[in-house]
Amino acid sequence: MNRHLSQRLGFSLLTLIAIITVVPIISVIVYIFLQGSPAISREFLLAVPRSGMREGGIFPAIIGTFYLTIGTAIFSVPLGIAAAIYLSEYAPDNAWTRIIRLAIINLAGIPSVVYGLFGLGLFVLFLKFGTSILAASLTLSIMTLPVIISTSEEALRAVPQSFRTVSVSLGATRWQTIRRIVLPQGLPGILTGVILGLERAAGETAPILFTGAAFFLPRLPGSIFDATMALPYHLFVISTQVPEMPIQIQYGTALVLLIFVLGMNLIATVIRSRARARRQW
Amino acid sequence: MDKDLNWREFIITRAIKASGYSAIVFVALIFIFLLREGLPTLGEVDLSTLFSVRWYPIEDYFGILPLITGSLIVTLGAALVAIPFGIGTAVYISEIAPRAVREVLKPLVELLGGLPSVVLGFLGILVLSPWLRTTFDLPTGLTAFTGSLLLAAIAVPTIVSVAEDALDTVPRSYREAAWAIGATHWQTIWRVTLPAARSGVMTGIMLGIGRAIGETMAVMMVTGNAPVMAIRPGSLFEPARTMTATIAAEMGEVASGSVHYHTLFFIGIVLFLISLAVNVAASSVIFRSKKRSERILS
Repeated sequence: MNRHLSQRLGFSLLTLIAIITVVPIISVIVYIFLQGSPAISREFLLAVPRSGMREGGIFPAIIGTFYLTIGTAIFSVPLGIAAAIYLSEYAPDNAWTRIIRLAIINLAGIPSVVYGLFGLGLFVLFLKFGTSILAASLTLSIMTLPVIISTSEEALRAVPQSFRTVSVSLGATRWQTIRRIVLPQGLPGILTGVILGLERAAGETAPILFTGAAFFLPRLPGSIFDATMALPYHLFVISTQVPEMPIQIQYGTALVLLIFVLGMNLIATVIRSRARARRQW
Repeated sequence: MDKDLNWREFIITRAIKASGYSAIVFVALIFIFLLREGLPTLGEVDLSTLFSVRWYPIEDYFGILPLITGSLIVTLGAALVAIPFGIGTAVYISEIAPRAVREVLKPLVELLGGLPSVVLGFLGILVLSPWLRTTFDLPTGLTAFTGSLLLAAIAVPTIVSVAEDALDTVPRSYREAAWAIGATHWQTIWRVTLPAARSGVMTGIMLGIGRAIGETMAVMMVTGNAPVMAIRPGSLFEPARTMTATIAAEMGEVASGSVHYHTLFFIGIVLFLISLAVNVAASSVIFRSKKRSERILS
């Protein structure tokens, strides 16, 4: 076969594959927007569920996901950024550092439901937090940690070495250099990583199944030791566990979850592209 | 004041170092707690029962083979779909797409990676499985294959992003040398660029498949959850049940400390070890290829 013909055939095939990969992504998002938007109303967003969740709103689930995301951030962001600073600024190139990196890769690969088991064993039962916002947030934090560490480390490493050299030559200590020079320069990249990590945590169901998610709780949680409703678990419940569930409420819930997650993704993208445009090095 | 500064610096440096080591602590903690809750199974359930073909906990049948084969067949189906589409899309983005198309495609694929799996499962129930049932004339649309398609959607973003990175790092001089001796663009991709990026592409495939094995919600929602031995090719179009779905579906209803509870943790140990093996293998490929490139450069 003529090699130019085979090139044309090959390119067409690859283009087709790329189209088949991308079209479903766009259609999923558009479809949920079209099907879900009629359900969105003031009552749907701000009322508690009624009649076995078949009527009313999803307010407790929205607030629950908000609480869990904040709780996850409180634990994972400081720890993750500190770990990234260690790996980028302090860690020697030795066996221990390689083990740390291997541990991070493994944390990233552990199935989410196994995190749920771990959270149940350690936080819910051993530390006696019960199924609670606290236990679920801690579980989600450890799951989010590897994402935050690797993206933050990459952002810190991208800061040119000369910035550090100049700072130290002016008499600054290592920590002063990190705090005043390296961290501010790496901040947009760190923020992007943090938001992408929290976006994953917000959409996860399996880790909170046995650590903090409530099937039906028509009020807001009173403390961090209460269980809470959450958007992803609520979507699972109403699409598999509740018979004769109105389809519109299901699509509406899916849409709110999607907006929550895509909104965070959009913020991360904006931060990244603005930082890139403004960067002077 | 100087002394004060030294103390602060000392404490902060220590705290940062401790945070750096936290990842090791967490992996160890996870493994310890899985062992603590899962190992008692070995004393409570006969090995011959544990590795039998019947999972029916209400009557004390704790055979995990149907769950393992269920996970395998769903993942195998996902790999068959995700590998060609993942690599094809990565090659398209990295080698063929015009710059503007590339700038749109990359974030879109990353976006797919960020979609909550429960949303995919939800559409799987309402849209994909009825469509599969009528199109292929199946008795039910909730089959292992339905799960495979959703898992492929979850594995593809990982494969694309890792493989695309690997293709991107192949030096331009390799391609230029191939063009200079008269190779077409297409021949260059197949004979030069892809082989040069082989280890990165393999890593992407392994990490993608690793994600697929561990995925829970989407699979639980669409595979029908029947714990049957999935060992025939036809099993792909019948209901199946994975290890992850079993844990997620049953853990909420067992008494903590019961045999059933311990067995679910035992399945967790199996999943943990599988993900450990996949990730160690994937990262050793990365380390090996890095060493080779260092050799070439020195």
